[in-house]
Order: sequence, then structure tokens, then C-alpha cells
Amino acid sequence: MLSLILFFIFAALCVGGAINLLVQKHPINSALSLIVVMGSLALIYLLLGAEFVAAVQVIVYAGAVMVLFVFVIMLLNAGVEERTEHASRVAMVLGVPGLIIGLSLAVWVVSHLAGLDRIAIGGPMVMNGSDVFGNPQAIGHLLFRNFLLPFEVTSVLILIAIMGAVVLARREE
Amino acid sequence: MGIGTYILVSLVKIAIALAILLTAVAYTTLLERKVVGRIQNRWGPSRVGPFGIWQPLADGLKFIFKEDITPPFANKPLYMLAPIIALTTALTSIAVIPIGPWIRLGSINTPLQIADVNIGLLIILGVTSVGVYGVALAGWSSNSKYSMLGGLRASAQMVSYEIALGLSLIGVLIYTGSFSLRDIVDSQAGTWLGFIPKWNLFRGQFVAFFIYIMAAYAETNRIPFDLPEAETELVAGYHTEYSSMKFAMFFMAEYANMVTVACLASILFLGGWSGPVFGPPIVQSLLPVFWFALRVFAFMFIYIWVRGTLPRFRYDQLMAFGWKFLLPLAIANIVVTSLVVALK
Repeated sequence: MLSLILFFIFAALCVGGAINLLVQKHPINSALSLIVVMGSLALIYLLLGAEFVAAVQVIVYAGAVMVLFVFVIMLLNAGVEERTEHASRVAMVLGVPGLIIGLSLAVWVVSHLAGLDRIAIGGPMVMNGSDVFGNPQAIGHLLFRNFLLPFEVTSVLILIAIMGAVVLARREE
Repeated sequence: MGIGTYILVSLVKIAIALAILLTAVAYTTLLERKVVGRIQNRWGPSRVGPFGIWQPLADGLKFIFKEDITPPFANKPLYMLAPIIALTTALTSIAVIPIGPWIRLGSINTPLQIADVNIGLLIILGVTSVGVYGVALAGWSSNSKYSMLGGLRASAQMVSYEIALGLSLIGVLIYTGSFSLRDIVDSQAGTWLGFIPKWNLFRGQFVAFFIYIMAAYAETNRIPFDLPEAETELVAGYHTEYSSMKFAMFFMAEYANMVTVACLASILFLGGWSGPVFGPPIVQSLLPVFWFALRVFAFMFIYIWVRGTLPRFRYDQLMAFGWKFLLPLAIANIVVTSLVVALK
């Protein structure tokens, strides 16, 4: 019961932050809304029993990626954005609700097919009939035993991306 | 223990932990002024009470009665929010820090810690990484060049050193196999040959300890890495425009972060509250807390000692030191530690 109440609080915070991100005119306010979204997502992960993912969400997204966003906004001293005059009214009235309904349907179908809707909020932390899955030991076991090759390949991919960024950012001499 | 008792015990523990932390923060400022005073061959505060022991109270009163100025072109909501973020995150990390073993009070059996969670160390890292926003937003929202430069320097510095800080802890985690701070302390119990304690510092994490200390000094913006508030070039850095209690909140946040860092260093590398325990039951239950406080005090003293001794780095030196020296060293430490554990 308590976890359900908490879930609704953080879900509302998350969606509210996401809407605020789009509505705000100043980039720094948008970035701060995104931090709120990241933080409430972390707490929802925590409610699902995935404490390691929750902590990593805060450290990596709220703590590192978004700091760089804020840093760049500060460094460029980006001002208030300009609005274009002719916003389509059809898009506002039909497009946005249609998009929301379509996405919700897609999410529902996919989660139903993948069996994700059997994970209860705050309920017993069971996935596919196995034991606890959210703690660091279980995740380490999954990453370094069952999914070692995909994990290593992803690391190499990220390394290549970093080197590509370095090459692109380097000045011609 | 029922849910009602649990909440009551937790609230009492939160109140006590906050009171201890804030008192420690207040008296660290006094200790700092006294010790730096002696290093510079003067007395430091000596007027308020014997040895100036009421000086922190006088400072607090003065902060409350100072005029609270908001610069006219500041971004007001963020200007208000920044010190709140800084202080809240600084005080939150104390929630997962254990200061002693379990104690028994009547029928209640409780750990000397607000919450024993199995990702304690990650929570501290997460909370401190969010603390960067306090500094960054303070610098940006003040709409002043000095604050802006200080905020930029601080956020770049904290993001850079967070990596070395995090990697320096991996060696300890490899030994312990747990993120719970209580487990980390428990794994360091016992001695070799009856007198050498099995602290992580003596178990091969010597290099990691020094990486941690240096990265932590940079994380808390202390000399020799206090570039964000370098008074000779930036007036006061990110809090130049702040006055009254808002300034005091930044000040308290900085010292609370120092206390957290000292607690963490004691827990991770120096065996937490381990030490000789003897005497009647009441002394036995309080001695571990005393040993822990002694370690934390030693760290705070070294912080102040370093402040009184070392000059400030240049900014490019700071960045080069973090990325080109500490980071590779931390990675090498992880590789060597893993090899030792794997081949054992």
C-alpha cells in the first residue's frame, strides 16, 4: 500500500518534470526538470526492488550526464529560446493525445509480451520465477557470467565512441 | 520491533545524528581557526568563553542577524534553491554512515546508524554527485562573473575527481564484496600477530587510500584544490554574492562534506570503530564510538593542517593531476588488487 502511494507520487513527479521540460523557455530550467525526471525514475526503480540500478541512475544520469548539460548551458550562456509564431492547432488538439494513446498501447503490448507486467510495484522481487534480481551481487553475476560477451562488446563500443569524439573535437594543426 | 517503534527509533536517531553532525560542523570551524592560527603563530579566537569555545554560537547568531541580499539581476528561484541543494545533500549522506556496532536499550536492539542499506556506499556517491548542482547553480544564478567562474571551476573539478574517487574505492569493494558500510567495517575485524589490525590500509589498499584522500580534498574544494573559491583571483568563487544564512548554508555544507569524507575514510580504510574494548557494559558500548570519533577527528585535523601548510594549485595543474595521474593510478590499483585476489 505504502509503495503504491510512493509510486504514484514519484510517477506524477516524473511526468510533471517531463512536461515542464518541454514547456519551460529557459534551457537551464529544462535541464533541471530533466534532473527531476531522472531522480524520480531512480526512486521508481528502487520501488521495483532494483536498488543497484536506482543508485547508478542517480550517479550516472543525475550526477554526471546532467552536470555536463548544466555545465554546457552555463558555459555557452544560452538565453531564453524564441517561439515560432505558427504552431499547428491540429497537432495540439489531435496529435498529442493520439501520440500518448499510441505510445501507451505500444508499451502495454510490449510489456505484456515480455512478461514485464508481472513485476509488482513493491511486491516480491521475482522475475521469470528466479530469485532476487535487483541487488549488486545478482547484477554482477548476470553481467559477468551470463552476459559477459554483450557487456564487453558494449564497453568496446563506448570506447570507440569516446575515441571518435576525441578525434572530432581535436583541432587541425 | 513493530512499525511504530521502528519509525520512532529512526526519528530519534535522525535527530541525534543531525545534532552531532551540526555540532561537529560548528566546532570544526573553531578548530580550524585555532589550528591555522597556531600554524601562523597567533592565537585564533579567544574572546568568547574560555579558549573561545562559544565562538561558533556567536558566529551563528551573527549570520542570522546579517542582512540577506539578493542581487537585482539574479535568477531568484535558482538563487534560493542552490544553498538548499548544497546543504541538503551534504546532510543526507550521514544517513547511511554507521558510527558504531549494534546497541541494546531495554527491549530495543538497534544499529548505531540511521539506515543500514546494502548500497550504502553508492548512496553516498550518488548524493554527493547531486551536490554539484548546489555549487554550479549558485555560480550561474548569481549573475556575477566571479560566481560564474567559481561555479564552472567547481563543477568541472568535482566531476573530474569523482571518477578517481569512485575508482579508488573499488579495491576495498573487491576485498569486501559488499556496498554496505557495516559489512565493510565488519570485514576488517581482527588482527595479525595480535597487534597489527586488519585494516584495508594494511591489506594492500595503501595507494587507494592516498588516491581517496587527494580526490576527496578536491571534491570538498579544500586547499590545495580550492580553486572554486580562490580568494586571490575570484573574491570568494561561487558564493561571492551570497550573504547571511544563505552563505552560512554553503559554509555548513562544505564542513559537513568534510565530516562525511572523514567518516568514509575511517570506515573504508581504517577499520571503522575497531579498537580495544574493556570496562563495564556502558563503557563497552560507547568505546567503539569513541574510537570512530578519534579517527574522524584525526582526519579533520589533517584537513586543517594541510590547509595551513600548502599553497594552491594552478587550474591546469589540478586538471592534469586528476586525469593524468590519479585516474591511471586508480585503475592500476584495481588491476593489481583483482590480480592479488584472483591468484590468492
